[in-house]
Amino acid sequence: MTTTAAAKNQADTRTMSGAEMVMTALQDQGVDVIFGYPGGAVLPIYDALFKQNFVRHILVRHEQAAVHAAEGYARSTGKVGVVLVTSGPGATNAVTGLTDALMDSIPLVCITGQVPTHLIGNDAFQECDTTGITRPCTKHNYLVKRIEDLPRVLHEAFTVARSGRPGPVVVDLPKDIQFATGEYQSLVDQPHRTYRPRTEPNLADIDRALDMIASAERPIIYGGGGIINAGPAASERLAEFVRLTGFPCTLTLMGLGAYPASDKQFLGMLGMHGTYEANLAMHHCDVMVNIGARFDDRVTGKLTSFSPNSKKIHVDIDPSSINKNVRVDLPVIGDAGRVLELMIERWKARGLKTRAQSVQLWWGQIEEWRRRNCLSYRRTDQIIKPQYAIQRLFEKSKGRETFITTEVGQHQMWAAQFFGFDKPNRWMTSGGLGTMGYGLPAAMGTQIAHPDALVVDIAGEASIMMNIQELSTLVQYRLPVKVFILNNRWMGMVRQWQELLHGGRYAESYSEALPDFVKLAEAFGCVGLRATTPADLDGVIDEMIATDRPVVVDVAVDEKENCFPMIPSGAGHHEMLLGPEDKADPVATEEGMVLV
Amino acid sequence: MPTSHIARRHIIAVIVDNEPGILARVVGLFAGRGYNIESLTVAEVSHARHLSRITVVTTGTEMVVDQIKAQLGRLVPVHTVADLTTEGTHVERELGLIKVRCTGEKRVEALRIADIFRARALDATQESFVFEVTGGCEKLDAFCTLMEPLGLIEVCRTGVVAIARGPVAIGEAS
Ligand SMILES: Cc1ncc(C[n+]2csc(CCOP(=O)(O)OP(=O)(O)O)c2C)c(N)n1
Ligand SMILES: [Mg+2]
Repeated sequence: MTTTAAAKNQADTRTMSGAEMVMTALQDQGVDVIFGYPGGAVLPIYDALFKQNFVRHILVRHEQAAVHAAEGYARSTGKVGVVLVTSGPGATNAVTGLTDALMDSIPLVCITGQVPTHLIGNDAFQECDTTGITRPCTKHNYLVKRIEDLPRVLHEAFTVARSGRPGPVVVDLPKDIQFATGEYQSLVDQPHRTYRPRTEPNLADIDRALDMIASAERPIIYGGGGIINAGPAASERLAEFVRLTGFPCTLTLMGLGAYPASDKQFLGMLGMHGTYEANLAMHHCDVMVNIGARFDDRVTGKLTSFSPNSKKIHVDIDPSSINKNVRVDLPVIGDAGRVLELMIERWKARGLKTRAQSVQLWWGQIEEWRRRNCLSYRRTDQIIKPQYAIQRLFEKSKGRETFITTEVGQHQMWAAQFFGFDKPNRWMTSGGLGTMGYGLPAAMGTQIAHPDALVVDIAGEASIMMNIQELSTLVQYRLPVKVFILNNRWMGMVRQWQELLHGGRYAESYSEALPDFVKLAEAFGCVGLRATTPADLDGVIDEMIATDRPVVVDVAVDEKENCFPMIPSGAGHHEMLLGPEDKADPVATEEGMVLV
Repeated sequence: MPTSHIARRHIIAVIVDNEPGILARVVGLFAGRGYNIESLTVAEVSHARHLSRITVVTTGTEMVVDQIKAQLGRLVPVHTVADLTTEGTHVERELGLIKVRCTGEKRVEALRIADIFRARALDATQESFVFEVTGGCEKLDAFCTLMEPLGLIEVCRTGVVAIARGPVAIGEAS
């Protein structure tokens, strides 16, 4: 902090209650919306909320949804999402969302009420050990036991949530501290005492990386969510660097949008349900440039056969991501955007050139893989193929500002494969934790941040039931979110694994007793639509988009369709199943069965 | 086998803010990620700056130990992480309080062994001793092994504390 800012903050010292400090700190942090649910242990904060006009509160119907909504808000804006919940069940309901945000590196601040300090540890009504429970599922957490600490903790929470590798931070606030009076000081942008993540890369590492890149014959650039987290400029730099080198580029599920999907140099998503060309290019490359991805097991498949002959460069802001799963040849610690900026600068300054001829041959090979057309599927006139439904949705939403969220399952993977994202922050999906029930609340948070945009939750009929209550929130705040259910009447992804790996024994994966989603939508006060044949689809999607209200669309899709390509757990990238004709290698299957 | 695949013992020193929950954070990290802890000691080392020092002894391959250090470094209240085993040389000590119950000939033998190990008798009764012994882990192990047949009934060990040799302090650029 500059001395003038310090002086200003000093001068700004004001006396107020802990609850007022919460609202004031939110205002000082530029927070304009929070997602929450009241209860006994946060009543003073709700009282302070009532008395001000700066921060808008969105009342969800379940605390898990508050956290996912804040995630959607954060991911679609790049800002910190804020959650307010009560003690005990309020806090425990938030745990899934916090874990989700930790796994996907989403910046959140979650304020939880707590029983008064003198009751802590007494098994008081609605007491739980919130900091104990959330320690492993937050980036950091605080229990504030003295009013003097509150201003610092509140501002520190934002600093920690957004800096370095972002993540969720919990501030547990006993009720007596909310009532206590103290001195408030704005400490916005105050650097943290100990936490100073490194964002500036080492220049020598950049040069070494560029030497490897320039000498590559079969290169690939593999980008992840770290590029999205580094801000939109990082994505522009990625595109510039990819064009500068002429190299092929693939993205993880979390990275989609960091490089334009419509570009020729994009090979599609990689990993378990990634494209044939992306996975084979990863397998056969000689230089791999990983920018802001973490060699997740959904991406690498069997580690011992992962890209066996490549030199690997790994750019990451988190040193603990380096050599965690895959040994790399050159780690570069730093912010993805800053690293890309320096790579471009040094590439030009040093007048580096790629080995154009070799790279051209490599492209020839990649084009051959591409011609397999791995995402093709058989269309019919009778039955809606889920892939086709997403393709139509994609076509119809072109030219609009569109944001897509998903639930978890086959529909999520088809959305990733068939919906092309040309810009970052447009795609919100639960990658690391794979949380069914994420999509609807995340869409809610996204729509709050982008009131005029088309926000669609591509859902499965099983997942949507996990946070269906949020339809009520959509209605209350007139959020025109579209819930596009690919209804295959199965927990499709579970059924697919049972079919391929468990001898077709479909234990408990059939969606019995489904509600009538159209009537359900109407009962909540939303619009309900249905498509049962391919001929219905375009009209229904048009109507959905044209409706300026929350809409639930029940799309009856093929119950038996499986998601391909697929690399079964425990298999290598070169052992991909491309369609229903392919059978998994029984040996690999046995090893893989223990994996998830 | 390449050396990087061999599990080795490492002594890791961590300087942390002395705040509630910090020990739970460190222990939780080891438990949650499946790293093993051979011993762990913690005590405040600067009252004025609210700093504590944690010494963890762990075993792992190079890749695992690098992960442990990186994960520790990621904890918000952590100031410094030093691997005393790989960063230069160090000295290490452990203190043990050892109770032996014996009479007659065995008492004489216990005192003789204590003398060899420079252990001090902190407490004595007609039929027992409490010895204080300091040294490396192996010395304490050996002491206990020798006392076993003489009537060893209780062992209390602090776990290892360690510090780098030479004029440089932890966290200073060397
Ligand atoms: C909270 C939660 N519970 C269980 C799972 C395991 N799981 C993954 S996909 C899936 C089925 C999802 O079914 P549906 O929403 O209908 O999607 P589909 O695969 O049919 O497209 C299940 C149960 C999960 N990911 N999240
Ligand atoms: Mg389904």
